[in-house]
Amino acid sequence: MNLHEYQGKEILASFGVRIQRGVVAHNAKEAVDAAKQLTAETGTGWHVIKAQVHAGGRGKGGGVKLAKNLKEVEEIAGNIIGMNLITPQTSAEGKKVHQVLVAEDVYYPGDSETSEFYMSVLLNRGTGRNMIMYSTEGGMDIEEVAESTPHLIFTEEIDPAAGLLPFQARKIAFNLGLSGTAFKEMTKFVASLYKAYVESDSSMFEINPVLKTSDDKIMAVDAKVSIDDNALYRRKQYAEMRDLREENAIEVEAGALGLNYVDLDGNVGCMVNGAGLAMATMDLIKMAGGEPANFLDVGGTADAKRVEEAFRIILKDPEVKAILINIFGGIVRCDRVAQGIVDAYTNMGNIKVPIIVRLQGTNAELAKEIIDNSGLDVQSAVQFQEAADKVKAVLS
Amino acid sequence: MSVLVNKDSKIIVQGFTGSEGTFHAGQMIDYGTNVVGGVTPGKGGQEHLGKPVFNTVLEAVEKVGADTTIIFVPPAFAADAIMEAANAGIKVIITITEGIPVADMVKASNYIKDKDCRLVGPNCPGVITPGEAKVGIMPGFVFKEGNVGIVSKSGTLTYEAADQVVRQGLGITTAIGIGGDPIIGTTTKEAVELLINDSETECVVMIGEIGGQLEADAAEWYKASGSKKPIVGFIAGETAPAGRTMGHAGAIVGGSDDTAQAKKRIMRECGIHVVDSPAEIGVKVKEVMG
Repeated sequence: MNLHEYQGKEILASFGVRIQRGVVAHNAKEAVDAAKQLTAETGTGWHVIKAQVHAGGRGKGGGVKLAKNLKEVEEIAGNIIGMNLITPQTSAEGKKVHQVLVAEDVYYPGDSETSEFYMSVLLNRGTGRNMIMYSTEGGMDIEEVAESTPHLIFTEEIDPAAGLLPFQARKIAFNLGLSGTAFKEMTKFVASLYKAYVESDSSMFEINPVLKTSDDKIMAVDAKVSIDDNALYRRKQYAEMRDLREENAIEVEAGALGLNYVDLDGNVGCMVNGAGLAMATMDLIKMAGGEPANFLDVGGTADAKRVEEAFRIILKDPEVKAILINIFGGIVRCDRVAQGIVDAYTNMGNIKVPIIVRLQGTNAELAKEIIDNSGLDVQSAVQFQEAADKVKAVLS
Repeated sequence: MSVLVNKDSKIIVQGFTGSEGTFHAGQMIDYGTNVVGGVTPGKGGQEHLGKPVFNTVLEAVEKVGADTTIIFVPPAFAADAIMEAANAGIKVIITITEGIPVADMVKASNYIKDKDCRLVGPNCPGVITPGEAKVGIMPGFVFKEGNVGIVSKSGTLTYEAADQVVRQGLGITTAIGIGGDPIIGTTTKEAVELLINDSETECVVMIGEIGGQLEADAAEWYKASGSKKPIVGFIAGETAPAGRTMGHAGAIVGGSDDTAQAKKRIMRECGIHVVDSPAEIGVKVKEVMG
């Protein structure tokens, strides 16, 4: 589950990680009040107005701007809130901005130069251990750094039994070229960041940039935080942070029904049992000359109610020109799934797109008979390739 | 021969008396699998499905000589069940449970690292050696006996592959569902290695999906091994968008090297017979086996 920058920072701060402070605002007036409050608390003169959406590259899309006085705060916040922010990570239509974070200016002048670093905490799937990935090249797109200067990216893997050890935090601070106060600050920053990662059950932290201020403080200026979905049951305070406005509406609805659905751009909807077979079915649709409109795993119990719910979800997408149902019946018998499809189809009564049903496994032939004798505009198949050929025929 | 499980495996079911455990243990027993008992803490001393229930895995090891376990324990307690089994000396730990928090699996996989055991899964359909033992949730009738080994991250796609192989008049030695989570026990490479080294297995089907490096590691091991046993490969998710989790928690494209295209390229370079269409797995197996 992805979080907004301000939510991620809240979590970090609760574990003692120093952050660039800020206040959330939902309109221009609130933004001005937030700016006043922040000046009173931090002494900041200027303010940074940051769009709060689940997408990276916000600065490039005009979603992060510096305000040098309250009039500018009002103006900029007014412009950003309500805009459709288009970044390299959003769709072409962009994402609607509902709120901004009014943040303190942390690039103030002082005794030393400011510098920006990159730091993330994530799972190394190869070793099954967490690692801290960091770089001297902060504030930039890390994929570009990895491409052009891979030697400037370092990783530190953490032993799950021992946890992050002090020498590892020191090594990170040395590799980032720090000394004196900033060095000590960095070791503290890394230690509290890792503690936050583990104790929040996160699956990803990306702090870009981590800033060394002109007075040698180390802080998180941005925070991209994802919490492990499977651990939300024991992290209820974070589960409540979920912002459904940031997610695809059909996916949210499907999720509430217990259907695993991902919305895609294509024209052939699909309904499959099992994630791997669902992906394979999408691939087959593509090979048959179509484009998958969705990923949908209906799970083990494909009864009439569930099939009907899945139909309704798929048909919410107006681009869908055909639906391929691909169920491999193992424990769940194909004839029951077939009856479920016939019942759901009849109940809905208004399905306008052609439907191809491929049922294989237990009682597959009986299932084909049920479909073929139903009198409905549904084509049946038993072999995988047969289903692909029928999709092809329908599309041409 | 076969790998991981056979007719002599002494199998217990953890989470034996729960609804999932009860249903699938029943199916396993009906198949003829040598289930010697089950574990549900607090229900020790009872009998369930005609088999003894124990409070701890250690008790099951001591009293009925259990060497293999299948875990149906709910996600919040599953990692603990894995560690208990490893601690008790169980050799093969097959974990079906889906939805275990990653942090729990980081801990469990570290804990079992130095123990003399092999973990399969979690979030997998299990392992079947046709005619001998079904230690999983797969429909047993699909898997006929034969000489083709299967390694797969997915459940229903494994059944699909097995069905296609059987339709070609061939059969299966052992099918291993390794699971679709970010952290799993037995890797693609380890499962492929087991089957390549199995004297009865003449061909291996390796089914992967987007995300991670497991298939590439397996392909590189295969090339280095110099084995002449053919491998037929398929990777699901060519049409999956980057950055989105596709059902399985581990099925997510993170970079340019874990896409379906990149994996298939590496597999081809290593001498694996890769099919682009999931409908051609069986036909390809028949072709390479001559």
